[in-house]
Amino acid sequence: MKQTVVRDLNEALRRCLRADERVYLIGEDILDPYGGAFKVTAGLSTEFPERVVATPISEAAIVGIGVGAAMRGLLPVVEIMFGDFLFLAADQIINHASKFPGMYNGQVEVPLVIRTPMGGGRGYGPTHSQSLEKHFLGVPGLRVVAPSHFHHPGLLLERAILYDKMPVLFIEHKLLYPLELHADGFAQLTVEQVTGNENELYPTAVVRNFRGLDVTPDVTVVTYGGCSRLLEEALLQLAQEEIWVEALLPAELSRTDFSLIAASCMRTRRLVLVEEGTGRFGWTAEVARTIAEKVCSRMTINMVSIEAPPSVVPAARDMEREMLPSAQDIVKGILEVMS
Amino acid sequence: MTVPHDGSPGKLQPAARLEEEFYRQMYTIRRFEETVLELFSKGLLHGTAHTCIGQEACAVGVINALDKERDIVFSNHRGHGHYIAFTDDVEGLIAELMGKINGICGGVGGSQHLHRGNFYTNGIQGGIVPVATGMAFAEKVKRTEAIVAVFLGDGTLGQGVVYESLNIAAKWSLPILYVVENNQYAQTTPVHIAHAGELRRRAEPFGIFTKSLKAEDVMEVYSEASSCVTLVRTEQRPAFLYLDTYRLGPHSKGDDLRPREELERFRARDPLLQFADRLNPDIRQDIERKVQARIANAVKKAFEMPSESFGSYRQRMVEKGVYVQ
Repeated sequence: MKQTVVRDLNEALRRCLRADERVYLIGEDILDPYGGAFKVTAGLSTEFPERVVATPISEAAIVGIGVGAAMRGLLPVVEIMFGDFLFLAADQIINHASKFPGMYNGQVEVPLVIRTPMGGGRGYGPTHSQSLEKHFLGVPGLRVVAPSHFHHPGLLLERAILYDKMPVLFIEHKLLYPLELHADGFAQLTVEQVTGNENELYPTAVVRNFRGLDVTPDVTVVTYGGCSRLLEEALLQLAQEEIWVEALLPAELSRTDFSLIAASCMRTRRLVLVEEGTGRFGWTAEVARTIAEKVCSRMTINMVSIEAPPSVVPAARDMEREMLPSAQDIVKGILEVMS
Repeated sequence: MTVPHDGSPGKLQPAARLEEEFYRQMYTIRRFEETVLELFSKGLLHGTAHTCIGQEACAVGVINALDKERDIVFSNHRGHGHYIAFTDDVEGLIAELMGKINGICGGVGGSQHLHRGNFYTNGIQGGIVPVATGMAFAEKVKRTEAIVAVFLGDGTLGQGVVYESLNIAAKWSLPILYVVENNQYAQTTPVHIAHAGELRRRAEPFGIFTKSLKAEDVMEVYSEASSCVTLVRTEQRPAFLYLDTYRLGPHSKGDDLRPREELERFRARDPLLQFADRLNPDIRQDIERKVQARIANAVKKAFEMPSESFGSYRQRMVEKGVYVQ
C-alpha cells in the first residue's frame, strides 16, 4: 500500500502514544468513529481512550490547557481543526506558550505541539482556506514546522512531540493529506534530506529534476509545505525542456539560517520564491531579505516571487484557482528568471 | 482551640500561633507593597507594579490552605502577595523588581512575570486560566493529588477564555480552585460599569461548587478556603471561591481617582488593622519590627546586586534552546 501523508502522520501519532505515556492528544472531533476532520487521528481514541481527549469548541482554552499540561510534565498534542482558527488561540501561543521559557529565565519548558491544517484548493472559502502561518513567524520562542510530501511528515511530527522542547506549531497543508510521500524521490526527481548538524530535528528537502544527469542546476526554487505538489508538476515539466532546477524546502519555517539557500543561489544566480499565502511580509520576503544582505552584495541574483495576491480566498472554484499559485505559475517564474 | 498548620496534615499548632504567623505574612505583604510604592515615588524602581494593599487576607487565607510542598499557584499581574504568602521569598522578589541577576527570574520577568517552584504568574488577563486548568489536568492524570489554585480579579471575569476553562474543568472534573478577588475595580472601571448579573455566581451554571464571602477576616478566608481545598483534592473536581475585597492602594503607581470618602470608608475597615487589634500588642510590635528590618535589609542588599547584560541573558537562552541563534 502507498504511504500517504495522512497515514504517515496518523502512524506517527500512534507510535508516540505507544512510546510515551505522557503523550496526550487534545482536540475537537478527534474521537472515533469520526477520527478528526481530516482523519489524522483515526483509530487512536479506540486504542488510547484515556489519552485522546475530545473538547468543546474552545480553541483558546484547549491550547492553554496544552500549555499548562506541557509545563507540568506531559507531552500534549493539540489539534486545531482549521488553521484559520489559530487566531482564537493567538494569545496562548504568543503570550503564554512561547513566552514562559524566556520570561521565567529558562526555568521552564513548554514541549507542546499544535497541529493544524492550512491552505486552500478545496473551495472552503475565505475562513477555511488560508495559509496564515506567516503571522506566527518571528515569534521568539516558537517553532513553526511545515512538512511537504518531499519530507517524512510523520517522522518530523514524532520529533516535534518526543524530542523538541520548544512549543511547535505544526502546519499540515490540506491538499497534501492524500498524496503519496515522495521523500525518497519520484521519476526524474531526486530528494535529499539535508540537515546542518546532527541536533537539527527538521531537515530541508532538496529536490532536483536531473536524476542521473551530469548537469548543474540553472535555477534555485525555494518554497515550503503544500506548494511541494505544485513544485513536483513544474519540475517534471521543466525536465522535459531540459531546464535543471534545484528546489529547497526547509521543513522549519522559523529557522533563520538560510545558508543552504544562499549557497544554491550563488551557484545558479537565479532564485524563484514560492508561497501559497497572500504575499508581502511573508516567509519568502524574509528569505529574500537575507539573500539580498548576504548574497546580492557580492553578485547579481535574478529573483522572482510567486504568491497569492492580497484578497480573501474565494469559494468559487475557478476564482480560487485563479488566485492561488499554480504549477504553471512556477514554470512561468522559472522561465522569467532564465530570460 | 487548634487548627491544622498549613501544608502538614496532622501537625497541629495553637490558634494563637497561627494568627501570629498569618499576621506576620499579611504585614510582610503590606510592608513590601508600601516599600515598592515608596521606591517608585523616589524613582528607584523602573517599570511598573500592581500592589495588593488591602487584599492581604485573600492571599494569606487562601494560600495557607494549600499544601505548599506540592500544590500549584497561578497568579496574575497583582501577584506579589500571593508570591510572598506561598514562598516567603521577600529577598528574591525585591531583587526581581529591581531587575537584578539574583531576582527569581533574573530580572527578566519583573513584577508581573514570576516563577519559582510551583508558583507562576503572567500579566495577561484571563490567559492564565486555561494554563492553570491544563496544569490541573496534568496533575490529575499523573495522580499526584496536587491541586492548582488560580487567582483572578473581577475585571478578568470579562474574558471569554475564563468561561471556556470553567466549562472544561467541570466537564473533565479537574482539581483546580478558581479564586476570584473582587476588589471592586478593574484598573479604574468599577464592577457595576463592566459586568451584568452576579459575579459570585459565574461558575454555578457549570455545576462548579461555589463559596463566596467578604474577605475581611483572614481566619475566615482560611477556613473557607481550607474547605474548598479539601473538596477539590478529595473529590478531584473544581471549586470557585469568590472573595469580596477592596484595593486600598492605586491600580499601579499613581492612577487613583476614586472618591476620597469611599477610600476613607474602606481604610477604616482595613483587614490588616482589624486583625492586628486582635493580637497581643507586644507580639504585634515584635513582628512588625522584624518584618520592617527584614524588608529594609532585602532592599539594601538588592541595590548592591548586579544586573545581567541582555547579551549574556540571550546567549544563555540560546544555549538552553529557548531561542534560536
